[in-house]
Amino acid sequence: MSTHAATKAPAVNFHGIWAIYRFEMARALRTLWQSLVTPVITTSLYFVVFGGAIGSKISTVGGVGYGSFIVPGLIMLSLLTQSISNASIGIYFPKFTGTVYELLSAPVSAMEMVIGYVGAAATKSIVLGLIILATASLFVPLSIVHPVAMLAFLVLTSITFSLLGFIIGVWANGFEQLNFIPALLITPLTFLGGAFYSIDMLPQPWRTVSLFNPVVYLVSGFRWAFFDKGDVSVGLSLGVTALFLVVCLAVISWIFKTGWRMKN
Amino acid sequence: MDTILSIVGVSKTYASGHRALEPVDLDIARGEIFALLGPNGAGKTTLISIICGIVTPSTGTVTVLGHDAQKDFRSARRAIGLVPQELSVDMFETVLATVKFSRRLFGKGPNDAHIEQVLRDLSLWDKRDAKIRELSGGMKRRVLIAKALSHEPEILFLDEPTAGVDVALRRDMWKLVHKLRAAGTTIILTTHYIEEAEEMADRVGVIDKGRIILVERKAALMKKLGKRRMLIALQAPMTAVPADLAAWNLALEDEGATLLYTFDSENEDIPGLLAKLGTLGIGYRDLETHKSSLEDIFVDLVEQKDAA
Repeated sequence: MSTHAATKAPAVNFHGIWAIYRFEMARALRTLWQSLVTPVITTSLYFVVFGGAIGSKISTVGGVGYGSFIVPGLIMLSLLTQSISNASIGIYFPKFTGTVYELLSAPVSAMEMVIGYVGAAATKSIVLGLIILATASLFVPLSIVHPVAMLAFLVLTSITFSLLGFIIGVWANGFEQLNFIPALLITPLTFLGGAFYSIDMLPQPWRTVSLFNPVVYLVSGFRWAFFDKGDVSVGLSLGVTALFLVVCLAVISWIFKTGWRMKN
Repeated sequence: MDTILSIVGVSKTYASGHRALEPVDLDIARGEIFALLGPNGAGKTTLISIICGIVTPSTGTVTVLGHDAQKDFRSARRAIGLVPQELSVDMFETVLATVKFSRRLFGKGPNDAHIEQVLRDLSLWDKRDAKIRELSGGMKRRVLIAKALSHEPEILFLDEPTAGVDVALRRDMWKLVHKLRAAGTTIILTTHYIEEAEEMADRVGVIDKGRIILVERKAALMKKLGKRRMLIALQAPMTAVPADLAAWNLALEDEGATLLYTFDSENEDIPGLLAKLGTLGIGYRDLETHKSSLEDIFVDLVEQKDAA
């Protein structure tokens, strides 16, 4: 064994990425109840309350039945919160238990670590989004005008918010902080981001204020993929999502360059 | 010396301002067992953590098998296995899964035969499907060792391997260390038990307050530092050590009531001394022997250092 260890290691540690990805997926399967079933039940409840009880008083929004109208927003709400919580717990837990020593001492680059953790978190979110979509189709008629764009938004949003979750997991010094950003920032932004209404329905100045909420662009783009209409143009939606992705990547590369909250 | 690991000018000051390590230079030879000996807080774990990539050094370079540990961390790190001091394990994983995970993480494809051998060597094979949280502390320590050996490292770090470990594991660990060494693995261990260094090491480095005070072959160090003392409680006090006993390094204590014999493994002659006392008709009530503790050795070393 001494002969080949003196040689240079391969440029990418695919085994390492796969190990982290599999570990994270196994963690989700162990806690299948929390990972998938709970969000589905929660979403179904939203659906019954907003779609059934309240929706019956609102006939259509922009020509789409209210029940169908809220489906993209509902999926987005779960996608954002679950991506963040999956990815943040994924990296926070090793820091908490001390097993992070192994990650830091392994021949795994920062980017490989991110691909493993964020890839697994995003995979779970995408599966979750599709399950919610299937659940919703049991309640209301659904047709997806741009299925490829719908999948693209699903994947892009899952990755972006898993990256954000990773950052939160690195930043957090306690379990309370893990819940802090999702509860105090993401959920309100999603509710106010047109998940359950079109921002056209808002009076001024709230309509303009809403345009500063990044989630508006996510929900709008996603809704466009379903119904071919959104609050803002699809190009703008895509642009804002991509911008957010780039910002998250920049923050993560800074974290690994400085070792912030990861290394002494 | 065929150097496998080279440390040049490595120091560490933590963000808090705590100076954990003064600039350290150290070369480790291929295949040797090196013990880093020092009290708690001396900088042992900091030094190991820097070599393994967990802590970023403030200055200096570490070279593993010719690879710079920072610039070419992949090549350097995959040659290293680390058993940390803390029992940090994934509680919900099974033993087998976590050991296989470690091998992949370090860039190696599956090798069930090797994993089985490692688990058998550590008496973990029967527990391979057990969840780690169900294991005792000693068993968890074994799991950490198995993880560190999963990718067939050329250099193994054992950070305080026997702290809080039962006799059976300590014996198994020593056996394993000898087996690994026979297979050519270089082993670096930290400890604050001198017995451990005595049992396992070829060379010993003594570290105190972030400084490596000395590095020596074990045999030489033990000769130099391993002083022993015997206290002989006399039946009748003496005023001076009899001239007939000049061959032994003796002194009187407790106003002549106790005879103190100081010796080391080189010039030990307890039977000769006791026989001579019998011949001279010097009676004694009690005998007590002491090995110099690590603490004594440190005090000696630090005093020598301060005096120099």
